[in-house]
Parts: sequence; C-alpha cells; structure tokens
Amino acid sequence: MSKSDWAFLSNDLIYAAMAVCALAFIIFAYELAWSIRVGEEKTTISRRSKVLRIAQSLTILYFLILVVAVFARAVSAGRVPWGNMYEFSITGTLAFTFAYLVASIKFDVQWLGILISFASLLTLGTAITLLYVPSAPLVPALKSTWLVIHVSAAIISGGVFLLANCIAGAYLILERIEQKNEGARPGWALRLPKLESLDQLSYRLVALVFPLWTFSIIAGAIWAEAAWGRYWGWDPKETWAFITWVGYAAYLHARVTAGWKGRRAAWLCLIAGSTFLFNYVYVNIWGTGKHTYSGL
Amino acid sequence: MSISFDTQPPQLTGIGFLRWIWRQLTSMRTALVLLLLLAVASIPGSIFPQRSQSPLQVNEYYGTNPSLAKWLDALSLFNVYSSAWFSAIYILLFISLIGCVLPRTWEHFKMARALPPMTPKNLERLEEFIEVRTGLSQTQTLDKAVAELKRRRYRIRKLSDSVGAEKGFIRESGNLLFHLSLILLLVGVAFGSLGGMRADVIVSEGETFTNVATSYDSLNTGSLFSIDDLPPFSIKVEKFTAKYDIVTSAPLDYTLNAKVIDYPGATPRDEIVKVNAPLTFGDTRVYLQANGYSPIVTVRNKEGAVVLRGAIPFLPQDGNLTSIGAIKVPDMQPQIGFVAKFLPTAERTKEAGGFSSYPEPLKPLLDLAAWSGDLGLDSGIPQSVYRINTEKLTQIGLAALKPGDRWELPGGVGSITFDGLAPWVNLQVVRDPGKAYSLAGAVLILIGLLVSLFGRRHRIWVRVSENGGDTIAHIAGLTRSPGLDNEIKTLAATLRSEVGNEGHAHPTEGSE
Repeated sequence: MSKSDWAFLSNDLIYAAMAVCALAFIIFAYELAWSIRVGEEKTTISRRSKVLRIAQSLTILYFLILVVAVFARAVSAGRVPWGNMYEFSITGTLAFTFAYLVASIKFDVQWLGILISFASLLTLGTAITLLYVPSAPLVPALKSTWLVIHVSAAIISGGVFLLANCIAGAYLILERIEQKNEGARPGWALRLPKLESLDQLSYRLVALVFPLWTFSIIAGAIWAEAAWGRYWGWDPKETWAFITWVGYAAYLHARVTAGWKGRRAAWLCLIAGSTFLFNYVYVNIWGTGKHTYSGL
Repeated sequence: MSISFDTQPPQLTGIGFLRWIWRQLTSMRTALVLLLLLAVASIPGSIFPQRSQSPLQVNEYYGTNPSLAKWLDALSLFNVYSSAWFSAIYILLFISLIGCVLPRTWEHFKMARALPPMTPKNLERLEEFIEVRTGLSQTQTLDKAVAELKRRRYRIRKLSDSVGAEKGFIRESGNLLFHLSLILLLVGVAFGSLGGMRADVIVSEGETFTNVATSYDSLNTGSLFSIDDLPPFSIKVEKFTAKYDIVTSAPLDYTLNAKVIDYPGATPRDEIVKVNAPLTFGDTRVYLQANGYSPIVTVRNKEGAVVLRGAIPFLPQDGNLTSIGAIKVPDMQPQIGFVAKFLPTAERTKEAGGFSSYPEPLKPLLDLAAWSGDLGLDSGIPQSVYRINTEKLTQIGLAALKPGDRWELPGGVGSITFDGLAPWVNLQVVRDPGKAYSLAGAVLILIGLLVSLFGRRHRIWVRVSENGGDTIAHIAGLTRSPGLDNEIKTLAATLRSEVGNEGHAHPTEGSE
C-alpha cells in the first residue's frame, strides 16, 4: 500500500469509528431513558444490563477501529500520529476512550459511557471536518525523539484529566439532584455510584495521572532546551500547561492537607480541567508562540 | 473558599508583630492562595504580546492602540514574567514554602526516630476496627502480632497488653523531597538567569563567526555574567542546506555544515548542526534558529570604484522567503540607499505585486528602489539594518535585477550589480549555568511526587485481653491512604484462631 492509501484508509476508519460511536451513544441514551421511565425495578435490571453490555461492546469496537485508524495515519505520515491538531484530536479520543475502558474494568463507571461516547463523537467529528489536514511529514523542529515522549505523555494525561472531570461534573449534578430530593435519588439514578465513591474516583484518577503530567512538562522543557535554546520561556502553551499543573497541584493539596471534599473539590477539579481544554483549543487555534506550528 | 484569617494581628509591636506576619505567611493556606495567585498572574502573559518573546508584536500593539498600550506597559503587562508584581508573588510563595517545609523537615527527622504512638484507649472508635478470638494466650498473641507486623515492615512499640505499629514515613519524606526540590528548581532558574547570557548573530554562508561580544547582533547578559566567561570558539558556516516540501513549501530539513575551532590554534573539526541538535561548548550551546537569504551586491560610484561589496542579510516575511532588506551606501556623495525586496522564486500578479512562490532560489529576483539623500546614519539614533527611513530622501529610480544584472543608476551617480546570493543562518548562543540544577530539581520533584502520592501511611494497634478463658484481640488503625482495611483484615486473619472463632467452627482446617 502506498502512503496515500494508508491516509485514505485512516480517514475511512475514522468515519467508521464515528458511526459505531454514534450507535453506542444511542444505545447508552436508550438505556438511560428506559431507566428514567421505569425506574430501578428488579424485573428490568437484567434486561437493562444486557443493553448496557451491547453499548459497552460497541464502545470497545469503536475503540479498536480507532486504534487501526490512528495506526494507519501514523504509517501514512511515516511518524508518530501527533504532529498537528487533527492528529492530537484523534489520538486524544483514543486515549480518553482507553482511560474509560481501563477504568471500567476496576471501577463502576459504565454509566459514564453516554458521556464518553458523546464526547468522542464530538471530538472526532470536529477533527475530521474542521481540523483535518493532509498527512504530511514533520517540520524540522518537531523531528525529535522527545515528540514521542512529551506529546504521548501529554495526550494520556489529558485523556485521564478529562475523565476525572466528567466524574467531577457528574458528582455536581447528582449532588444537586439529591439536594432537591432531600437526599433521595430518583429511580434512574439509583444505579449510579454513591457521591462519596464519585468524589474518591475523580481524586484517584487525578492523583494517578498528575505525575505523568508533571513528567510531560519536564520532557517538554528538556526538548525545548535542545530545540529553542531555553527550557522555559513562558510561551503561551507553556504558560497554560503550568496553570493546569498549578490547578491540579492545588486540588491535590486541598484534598490531602486541607481535607477538601465533595462540591468544593469537584469545582476545583473542573476549573483545573478547563484550563487544560482552554490550552488545547484556544492556544492551538488563536494563540501565538512557538507551539503554533504544531497546531492546526 | 472559606478563608478566614481569623487571627487578628495582636496588639504587639516589633518582634511580636513580625512573628505574627511570619506565621501567617508560612501557613499552608497562604501557600495555597499564593500558588493559585501565581497561576492567575501568569495568564496575562499569554494574552498580551511579551517583549521577551515577540518585541515586534509589542511595537505593533503600540501602533494600533497607543493609549491603551501605555497603560498596559505601566502595569508591566508586556513584561509579565519579569514584572515586580509577578516576582513578588513567587518570592512570597517561596519564602512561604521555605518557612513551611524546613520546620516540617526537622519534625519529620525527629519523628522518624521516635516510637509509634501509644495505644489509644477506645480502639473501637477508630475508622477500622475488628475483634477476633485468637485461641492463644495473651503473650503468644502479642508475639504473633509483633512478628506479623515486623514482617510487613512496621515499626513497633510493644506494651504490656498491646502493640502499636506504624509505617509509611516515606510518604512524608516524598512530600518534603517534592517541596525542597521546588526550591532547588528555583535556585537553578535564578542561577541560570543571573550567570547566563543569550546572543544572536546572523552569519552568511562562507563567513566565520568568532565568539566575542562585538560579533553579536544582539546580546543579553545576566548581572553576574562576565564577558570573560565567553568560550573562545569560532564557527565557519561552510554550507547551509534547506529542504522543502514541493507542494506545501513546508520545511523538511535544515542542515548546517560548520567548521568549528574550540580555541584559537585548535585543530578545526567538522560538525553538523540541526534544529534539534545544537553545538555544545560546556555551559554554552549554539543553536540553529532561523535562516534566510543574503543577496550579494557590488555598488560602484560614478568613477567606477567599488564602494560596497558583500552579502547583505534580508529578513524573511513568509514561508516562501519573500524577504525585505536595505542596502545602505553611506560612502557616496550624496548617500544612496536601496529599499529592497528579494524573491527566491519570483512571481508577479497585479493584485499582490511581486512575491515568492517557493522558498528555494529557482527564479531569484531583486527588486530595488534607489533613494538619494541623507541616510541619517550619523544621527546617533539606532536604525534597523533591514529598513531605511525615507523621510529625508528622494527616490531616484526602480529596478528588478536577476543574478548577474547591473543597474546604472539614473543621473550617472553609480551602479549596482546583483552578483548572486548566499543563505544566512541565525545562530543563537546561549549560556545557562543553572540548567543542571533545574533538571536535578525537576527529576527530584517527580520522584518526591510519586512517593508522596503512592506511599502509604498506616498506624495499627492491637490490644489483647483475656476474658474468661478466651483471648480476644482488638485490632484498629488510622490512615490517610487507601488499603488500611485490607491490612487490618489480613492481620486479623493471621491472629484468628482456626477453631471456635465467632461461634463458627471450621472443621476442615487443622488447628495449630
């Protein structure tokens, strides 16, 4: 196969992954609507868990298609598939979905599937329509082993941070619902984990991935020293990576030493996570600075 | 956040007041607030152009919003990261950090040599609590508990009827290492900027650059940097090759072949410099940062004598290296200046005028506008080498030259020949004596972080009492880390007698 064949294959597979992802989303939504209507009655639980299993299998399927699509993109460009924003988006979706699938082995997070499939669909759709650029080799500044190390660490951290944010968001919504109903939950929400477990889970995800984010910044600094002549220069991307780092550092600090929990902690988690998203969207598209060639 | 600095300043003067300030500053809450403040304070630097990164954009901002720019400048918003208020925040943060971490390090050092705490009276009130019958005597049970806890690397305090055990000091050690390494990182940054330097020089192909202060086009030095610190190397730019994508004009590769002499008299060696592969001379590194073209021209006066000959670097304006420049000839009467545009692959449309359609010199063209008068070079005001202020000049003619072309200037004042072109490279010379400390700090930060996040700290107590023939062990613990319940359950399983525990017999299992 020629390089352009691989590029076309990759594009087709992205569309295929989107189709499967849309189906997964519809089934997750169907399951949620069903449980809202009938409540948590025993007769429906086993049938509903069957539906949930179908949706989860579809999630695994679109993840696998995405693996091949990203791989094909890498082959067509002859390098790691994270040289521009289109590629960050598809690889980032892969990381995000992977984080969810791994988390769902150990924790009760399948109820998040509807959010995961929706976010993936949105990201892939934006990527292939608005951010798409033809597969091309890298500019000289990006030709470095550090591209593999620095960017992969950043993408994985981003995926897990966003997952933690989804959970923190769910915490805030459920907490509000519970408050309205004087501590009780409506039928459809009974299956969701307790507030304390959500709180714990988002904390554990952040604690797990914060060192990786730290590592990603350090790796970026080492690379910047070799490519740009300084390891830190307050480039907009660097500045926002630092802000995200400080945000999550404050979050962990507030939890571990100041005993923050629940609503306040969830808000802090969301604020830190939104600085990450801001960095990805705003700085890549409208920002200036040395990271811009890696943008669109 | 419900931050209540409820401690009012005491009615004290002098030492007492200072002590109160110090306590406030070094409290954890203040450290957290300062940390968040630092994040917020760094935002404007990513919104407004910064002098340290893009001085041209700052000038542009002044051009479009002169009155606003003046205000922004007064607030240091074009120099955020070197501004007084930004420095104030991080200096306070680090004082706070030092004040917080050093006493804790001392406490930790003392604690590490102390015994685990005494057994609390009411174990059943702790977060994890299990009661088991052991089927052994009190002493045997205690010995067994001690043996098991020792095997799990707990530190033990044995009392007459109970055992206290503790492990996980490494968690606090990691925490302290993390914070101390932050200080090391800052020391590295400070050391680097005080004792460092950064300079730029444009060198055309075929020219040699010698590393002395007068060679540089621009030079910034830290306050502790001495010119004697410059390593005495020289670099000859033998050949510069740039490869581009034929369709998109995107650069694919830049290679600089250089001949390097480490000190006067040393044997020259051949080196290849690339964007990600700088040259290293101890603490000083030389980076390949930018490139462009220098048209080579010869200017003659009306007598035909050469008044200027050489490669003149032009400034690229776009990805296809449409470049602008100025050729200044002060040694003519009157002085002549050429406002020039160089197009490596020349194209012309009615709308856009002349532009370049590809970055390699496939169809080079030099557009010239000749101006005559006073160039203003003796006025003492520094000028850009790429531009000419034409206010006091009169235009005498326009021409477009291909390599080899000669243009006889109107009025018989002289001529200019476009002899050819040479690529230039921008070499950046950087010395940073602090970066080894910063790197060590960063690595230790990461190690400290991992240890403090994943190290587990537990305290467990076992109290054994004899009660009418039964020996009962109460096991309880305290923790800030996950996993204590499991520690306690497995300890209970070890102590539990196989026969008759909790009223259930296990006939299939043998007794001890």
